[in-house]
Amino acid sequence: MSRAITVSGLQKSYGSYEALRGVDFEIETGEVFGLLGPNGAGKTTTVEILEGYRRRDAGSVAVLDQDPQRAGLDWRERIGVVLQSSAMYPNLSVTESLELFAGYYRSPLDVGRVVELVGLEEKRDARVRTLSGGQQRRLDLGLGLVGDPEVLFLDEPTTGFDPAARRAAWEVIRSLRSLGKTILLTTHYLDEAESLADRVAVLRDGRIAAMGRPEDLTGAAPATEIRYRRDGEEVVVSTHEPTRVLHELTAEALADGRELENLSVRRPTLEEIYLALTGDEEAE
Amino acid sequence: MHLFRHQLTGEQRLYWRSRELAFFTFLFPLLIFLLLGSVYGDDTIKKEHGVKASAYLLAGILGYGVVSTAFAGLAIVLVLRRESGVLKRLRGTPLPPATYLGSVITSTVIVYAIEAVALIVLARLLYDVPLPHEWPSVILAVLLGTLAFAAMGIAVTGVIRSGDGASAVVNAIYLPVSFLAGAFWSAQSFPHFLEVISEILPLTHFIRLMRNIVLLHQPIWDNWEQVAVVAAWGLAGLVLSVRSFRWEPREGG
Repeated sequence: MSRAITVSGLQKSYGSYEALRGVDFEIETGEVFGLLGPNGAGKTTTVEILEGYRRRDAGSVAVLDQDPQRAGLDWRERIGVVLQSSAMYPNLSVTESLELFAGYYRSPLDVGRVVELVGLEEKRDARVRTLSGGQQRRLDLGLGLVGDPEVLFLDEPTTGFDPAARRAAWEVIRSLRSLGKTILLTTHYLDEAESLADRVAVLRDGRIAAMGRPEDLTGAAPATEIRYRRDGEEVVVSTHEPTRVLHELTAEALADGRELENLSVRRPTLEEIYLALTGDEEAE
Repeated sequence: MHLFRHQLTGEQRLYWRSRELAFFTFLFPLLIFLLLGSVYGDDTIKKEHGVKASAYLLAGILGYGVVSTAFAGLAIVLVLRRESGVLKRLRGTPLPPATYLGSVITSTVIVYAIEAVALIVLARLLYDVPLPHEWPSVILAVLLGTLAFAAMGIAVTGVIRSGDGASAVVNAIYLPVSFLAGAFWSAQSFPHFLEVISEILPLTHFIRLMRNIVLLHQPIWDNWEQVAVVAAWGLAGLVLSVRSFRWEPREGG
């Protein structure tokens, strides 16, 4: 498998503020990669450097084998950008907006197909200003997609959505994955990264704090907790070897003829790991 | 070329669809012309050798029209698109920046050309102002005016920091300028210090150029002084535009 995106040693400062302090990751072709982190962690800075909007201070970056800082319009044919805030023309209809943007690309997707992909069939002739926030965001996805890009950047695609609108947007993103697109998705919602991404990198204070498949992150991190009560007091055992520890505990209790009261074995959730990685000041 | 036509069609659709913009920048000069024309269109102006006021007003409103469509309209649209992130999004597509700006400016030329023809025809129908004889000069003047004021309009987007402020800043510039340049009434009756300011403004010279072409039937090349002043302002606008034009929002970017 070839690499769609390679980032190594990426650094960026704004004045004296170090937004990125050495970020490394790689994204395979066809992979959905989630960049997860609280506000201000450096997600948008990272993505906008990859999109060619911002210059880096140090490190190297390749998107489809080209340096975004120097890449030309041919490279833009192959990437799709959905920025953090929706930007479109309020007085055009959904179809007109997509047709206008489709015209910028040499081999765009069929506009009718894009309308279906983003689930706006019933709104195809509606003016953009009459759409709900969630519908506008899905049109936004459509505009990023209409050029049939190989790599798609989605910067916080569902921030501010109600649960139904989020699920609708997730469906759209899943259908993009099935088209074989490489997708870099930023989010500060854990469940979003968990349900959409093949791999997740947790960004904190300009560094990658953890990276891996969502299920691996839970496996690698803090230990499993075994809790029980003994003489009315709660005992907590944290261990990376829950099978052995549990076996010893139960063997001991059986030998003594005791009951391990309120026995529970718990693995930490991804949420707890995320909170541990990103610190306490997480707002949401 | 295909891409240019595609974007130009889009720009025209966007312009005529946005009713507020089309009203204030395209229709408003026509309404002002009807209003002022019906108030004093039949008078004659002594200080301007007894020329008929409606004919005089036509040249003034042709000037008001060019600042309204090319300067004000273009500046407001570009600031709104910049601050809403549309320009940033366009930068993320393979549409070449020059093709984009070229089609936006060409679209403005089309709008002002329609406006100029509408004004000339209205003046003929309502106030018996004779049609111009020098049509090639009219066309060249329309082109010169739109390009020069569009360049100044793009330059002014560099000093406007928010979408909300766009109309306010632009109005504060082009309305006083229109008045001082004599778009609504002869600048000959101004006190001396206003006359001095008026002589510096590009619009004063554009209106004089239009007056000489449309009323006095002079060809444009007999008015190289006016052409030079308008072109010089346009070039200054172009230089400033190149230095200050931004694709990304100023707020929160």
